[in-house]
Amino acid sequence: MSASTAAAPAAVNGRRQVRDIVIRLAGNSQDGIQAIGGMLARLAGRTEQDVMTYMTIPSTISGGPSIFQVRMGSGEILSAGDDADVLLAFYQHSYEEHIHSLRQGGVVVFDSDHVEPRADWKETFRHVGVPISGLTVEAIGGTARDKGKNVYALGLIAKLFDLDVEKLKTLITERFGGKDPSILQNALNAFDAGYSYSLGHVLETFQFVAPHRRGVRQVVMTGNEALAYGLIAAGVRFGAGYPITPWSDIMELLRRELPKYGGTFVQCEDEIAAISMALGASYAGRVAVTGSSGPGISLKTEALGWGVMAEVPLVVIDIQRGGPSTGLPTNVEQSDLNIACFGGHGDSPRVVLAPANVEDCFYTAIEAVNLARQYNVPVVVLSDQALATRIEAFDEPDLERLCQDLPIDLTPVPEHKPYDLTAEDGVARHRAPGTRILNGVYPILTGLEHDEFGHPTSSPALHGHMNAKRRRKLQVLAATLPPPQVYGAPEGEVLLVGWGSTCGPIREAVDHARAAGQAVSAVHLRHLHPLPPGLERIFAAFRHIRVVEMNDEGVYGYGQLAGLLRARFGNPKIRGINKTDGLAFKVREIVEQLRREVADGLRRF
Amino acid sequence: MNATPAAAPSPEATAPVLRPDTSVGEVRAPLTKKELAADHPTWCPGCGDFSVLALYFKLIEKRRLWQEKFVSVSGIGCSSRFPYFVQAHGAHFIHGRALPFATGVSLTRPDLHVFVFSGDGDAFSIGGNHFTHTARKNVKMTLVVMDNEVYGLTKKQTSPTSPLGYKSKTDIWGAVDQPINPLKQAIAAGATFVARTSSTNPNHLLQMMEAAMDHDGFSFIECLSECVEFFPGAFDGAVPRKGGSFPLVPPEHDVTDELAAYRLAGVPFPGYFGIFYRVQRPTKNALEAKINVEQQTKTQGLKSWQILARTFERMR
Repeated sequence: MSASTAAAPAAVNGRRQVRDIVIRLAGNSQDGIQAIGGMLARLAGRTEQDVMTYMTIPSTISGGPSIFQVRMGSGEILSAGDDADVLLAFYQHSYEEHIHSLRQGGVVVFDSDHVEPRADWKETFRHVGVPISGLTVEAIGGTARDKGKNVYALGLIAKLFDLDVEKLKTLITERFGGKDPSILQNALNAFDAGYSYSLGHVLETFQFVAPHRRGVRQVVMTGNEALAYGLIAAGVRFGAGYPITPWSDIMELLRRELPKYGGTFVQCEDEIAAISMALGASYAGRVAVTGSSGPGISLKTEALGWGVMAEVPLVVIDIQRGGPSTGLPTNVEQSDLNIACFGGHGDSPRVVLAPANVEDCFYTAIEAVNLARQYNVPVVVLSDQALATRIEAFDEPDLERLCQDLPIDLTPVPEHKPYDLTAEDGVARHRAPGTRILNGVYPILTGLEHDEFGHPTSSPALHGHMNAKRRRKLQVLAATLPPPQVYGAPEGEVLLVGWGSTCGPIREAVDHARAAGQAVSAVHLRHLHPLPPGLERIFAAFRHIRVVEMNDEGVYGYGQLAGLLRARFGNPKIRGINKTDGLAFKVREIVEQLRREVADGLRRF
Repeated sequence: MNATPAAAPSPEATAPVLRPDTSVGEVRAPLTKKELAADHPTWCPGCGDFSVLALYFKLIEKRRLWQEKFVSVSGIGCSSRFPYFVQAHGAHFIHGRALPFATGVSLTRPDLHVFVFSGDGDAFSIGGNHFTHTARKNVKMTLVVMDNEVYGLTKKQTSPTSPLGYKSKTDIWGAVDQPINPLKQAIAAGATFVARTSSTNPNHLLQMMEAAMDHDGFSFIECLSECVEFFPGAFDGAVPRKGGSFPLVPPEHDVTDELAAYRLAGVPFPGYFGIFYRVQRPTKNALEAKINVEQQTKTQGLKSWQILARTFERMR
């Protein structure tokens, strides 16, 4: 609302027209704010609006403060929004902790049964007290755990922003239907009560500018869901994992869904067993998936090296969280790039991809499976806690075209040499066990350095050749990758380089900077290892290169991707904009860092 | 014709989409030792593991397994070099993790019989956790542990089965840690087939391997296999021609009696040889296949993309 209100048309039917709004819901984790946040996100998808959400999960087992932020609007939404237009606060602690997430003049709707507003804040923010708890009890009767006030609040929000009531009621019915019918009735009653509450005398109401309708159906899901369904679409039918936050959603989903496709997901005794089992299934002819977060990734590195050495396809999903060690289990960080690219002993080239948003999670999963198969190599997909849990709406994929089944081919062959050194692309070719090889010479897959048939060798020359072969296939792959596109002008003062979930905030930062007359552009990398071609040319067109990433600036003053790019290009223009506060980048943080440095004449060099 | 009862896929198992071997119906002679021998074994002359390899060849020949019907998997250690010496599909995985790897093979390929070859360090020390969980999950496969009570490949360190007082490079004053009893561990973990044999008794070893292969579930054989280099004479007490005795599990022992099996497993060396415990419990393979059959009733006749499209309909 803040950025775009000025351009929006004047009031219609007494409602002020807005292009996008940011609503922050703050309460405790058992209040169901995720549920109504999710409904708002889905509503946006169903009305062809763009949407992005942001949430925090308390690391306590049950209870604890929790927030859900929804940004929805009629244009393209790139980030969850720096500042909220509306804060809905259920408790005093929600009110006090989140009031400063509001923009100046923003509206705080608070539960006056629980919140005592502060006089000094009343001058900066518009306060609307609604006895949410009491009115919910009035509408549906008291419940043991204060249930229903989330839906009451949804009614208030629907009124405030003139949301589509019918569609919201359908969403409520989908969520609460099927259980005890009285639960659905209570939910609908609570919603109606909230919607009927008269805000008119205290607050103006709003209406979205009609979105540009393209008639394309949208689906609404989290990054973790998009990754998991992408794997299914790509034909993955076996997975193995061990529970760890925030990866667990994916294993739960695959455990539930894979049997419908004739597949299996196994919960293992530990992280090592999980990757080992996945490698076993891949060896047996499947392309299997495993995944983890934080410490789990460290545990998997030895077996990952086996996948590299034996040249077995495998997809490893890494939902990054703060590290090292147990670190920050429920906070975001991008500090696994090094372990993803280089983790493990020895030279072990593997592929590393990073999706830029929720939609990209779906397509990156498919790309990961296809690259793993095509190059017989482990592929690590780097998502992160923020991307894993945020909800976005995106165009429904063309499933008929994208979905693939991957049958195991056991057709007998006259002869077979898996690690053919003369293969131009350097890729090993496998025949799954169960394949009859007519000349009677069978392959062994091993973690020992081996000859062309997979039998061990300690020949130094052969080790050199095999190392080169495993390296060569990544070089062949790199040459096929599309050069990244520059966002903004192809030349200028500063180029921001990003990877993973920071894509949206970086683009918004570019928009802000350009609006302020700064020659700033951005490039976003999806392929991190190997790097795509064309970067050298892009870098040459800018005076300064700033790699924006959520990891530490390191001993030498730049983060993990910046280090990789420096190693690759030897370019001293490359520096970092880093942070490790466990929260996603705000647009403002990038803009201000840039402004400081530009004002400084970028004299840090 | 090449589907022996043991190698036939279990009917309830999840059938992967397979393009079948077109040679079905062809009359084939059993594989000979010559056809099955691959690399020359790297074991020391006199090592007990030679005998296990020879009897594996015999098992394959006798049970008419062809190379497209089985797979040999191993971890790390002297015994785990096994797959290189067998001219068939095989995988030499990392230390201690052969069982989860083999589980991945077993669960996706009901058409294969999965044999895992391991040693005492690989199976009970670094891989101890996997031993427990593969047993409790009753994943269909045969595990043969060649137990020499010492780390041989790394040249004489104490192993989890080294007896108290055994002098190794890491216990120069004699081992002080209580050794584990693999049979008791297997029984306690929920293994459904637990047997003990010795590389010095070929007929018994073959008999145990056959019984293990025919068992529908996780079958575990502890095979005493002497390390002539670092623990010579360890098992002389179980070799009649060296003055020892080879007591067979008493015929009156009830193999379905868990407590009786546990007691029998606790008898001091040389203990007993034979099948200690054998029960039928649904395999993980069968249980997962059952889940799939149930789940697929809702999606019958639909292509993968249509199943996913149904899910996405609910996510609009």
